[in-house]
Amino acid sequence: MAFAPLPAQSITHQERTFRIEARQFAYSPSEFRVNPGDTVNIELVSTDVVHGLYLDGYDISVEADPGQTKTLSFIANKQGSFRFRCNVTCGAMHPFMIGKLNVGSDNWLLRSIGFAILAVVGVIVSVKQKAKFHYGEI
Amino acid sequence: MAKFEITSIPFIKSALKSRYPQLAVFIVMLAGYIFAILAGLIGTPVGSHNFSIVFVWIAWWAILILVAVPFFGRGWCAVCPIPLPGEWLQRGAVLSPPDKKSKWLNLRWPKFLRNIWLQNIAFLLLALFSSVLLTTPNITGIVLDAMLFAAIGLSKIFERRSFCRYLCPVGGFIGLYSQIAPIELRIKDKQVCVTCAGKPCYNGSQAGYGCPWDVFPGGLTKNTYCGLCMECIRTCPHDNIAINLRPFSADLAKPSIRMDEAFKAFIMLGSAMIYAGVLLGPWGTIKDAAYNVGTAAWFTYAVLFLAIIFVVLPGLFTFGILQTKSIRPLKQRFAALATALIPLGLMFWVAFSLSFVLTNASYIIASLSDPLGLGWNLFGTANTAWQPMLTSVLAPAQTLALVGGLIWSTRTAQKAASEIKTSSTPVIVFCFIVTSAMLWLLL
Repeated sequence: MAFAPLPAQSITHQERTFRIEARQFAYSPSEFRVNPGDTVNIELVSTDVVHGLYLDGYDISVEADPGQTKTLSFIANKQGSFRFRCNVTCGAMHPFMIGKLNVGSDNWLLRSIGFAILAVVGVIVSVKQKAKFHYGEI
Repeated sequence: MAKFEITSIPFIKSALKSRYPQLAVFIVMLAGYIFAILAGLIGTPVGSHNFSIVFVWIAWWAILILVAVPFFGRGWCAVCPIPLPGEWLQRGAVLSPPDKKSKWLNLRWPKFLRNIWLQNIAFLLLALFSSVLLTTPNITGIVLDAMLFAAIGLSKIFERRSFCRYLCPVGGFIGLYSQIAPIELRIKDKQVCVTCAGKPCYNGSQAGYGCPWDVFPGGLTKNTYCGLCMECIRTCPHDNIAINLRPFSADLAKPSIRMDEAFKAFIMLGSAMIYAGVLLGPWGTIKDAAYNVGTAAWFTYAVLFLAIIFVVLPGLFTFGILQTKSIRPLKQRFAALATALIPLGLMFWVAFSLSFVLTNASYIIASLSDPLGLGWNLFGTANTAWQPMLTSVLAPAQTLALVGGLIWSTRTAQKAASEIKTSSTPVIVFCFIVTSAMLWLLL
């Protein structure tokens, strides 16, 4: 269920620009959403030390010196939820400087929860069937 | 699935009986441990370029939680270097038992502390400071050092491995999750132990030391407190000790009724969820609170951390089991049914660690060449760029781990509920709710 392909949706693609401020050890905004197929421009502004932004899944990155703005542009052609993280060592909590980009609705989470429900129901039913079979035999 | 005795293979049996292979591993581990302390104290303060952070919190942690604990149970404890210096001092020997008696106090561990509450507290203390501990080399160095000296100090006062058994913050959760592992040390024939004179497995003999973990192997029914140190294999005069391969989670068929162990399950489950939110989530304010120890925000974070673990999760769990009928007292039901949280908790840690480790594993390659961050390039890999690994398979892998854990816990809940003749439904619902929360936090 979680891994099954979804039917394609038709959405008008837009060009969307986000200004993201980076500071030790957080992005602001730290979470944003775009539609699949949108052209996304991320303007990264660092407010203290050098920071970067690496986008999981897309494998693209940008770095910004303090006070400077650098832009990362890409087409959001992969659907799902993607973490972005600082790729320039910026201090102690650097490995945990993380944000989140959602492309389209977060189907993966919903489908995973659906998968979990099916799994639990499956276990309960199979154990009941086994017990029935066992008692039937006796 | 039947058990298979791996000590029936002569090569494995002789390798485990001999002290030399284990000593060789011990020496390498101890050297690595002391180097991690030194790196933490004198190396670069940049955590991602310091051996102490990279090798302890990324490499060792990955091996421990993804391989060692699920497949070998207390396998890590079998080679852990922390108790060694204290144990060597306590015994007055490195290998075989000496002729003369130990000159240290060798007191019995106090009876009221013969449980894992101190381990629970030790783990929580580290967990509350984890944002600093995981990222600051000198703090990691100090903590590793403190654990080594605590083990030495306790070895001089108390008998056997009191630190490992009652205080080690890592040993507590390894013991809990070792019940899942498909490996066990057990006796072959109970009658042999009953009639055995002197019980050398517990009391020691010329062939080896009495159980360092204060366990009588003849009474072993689960892995929790057996450190797989192999001493009983050496001391048993009747060749009655076996290492067996067995089905996963065999120990969980008989649920524990101890509250310290039940709360350990909640501590581990809750900590994995909190770490997933604090360290891997996008919320900067929470990260700031967790990192800035001593501030008002940190105290709020600490109170919330403890409230989730000791009030919210156990409260929800208790509310659920109160809805069912049973002749057993609530405390007994609570402890027995908390057994179901053991597989789920382990899989929460697997899912959390996958994200943390795959993202940061490339630091290991760079740190190999420059472990102190002093500009060395020993193997030509010091300039390896940071690159997350396998991020495209991370979400599916985490989903499989979490849903797999839920299935495993559902089955464990059914068995535990059947043992104490009550309904498993509230526990299954609880497991589903926390799994959904963990999916939301990680995906």
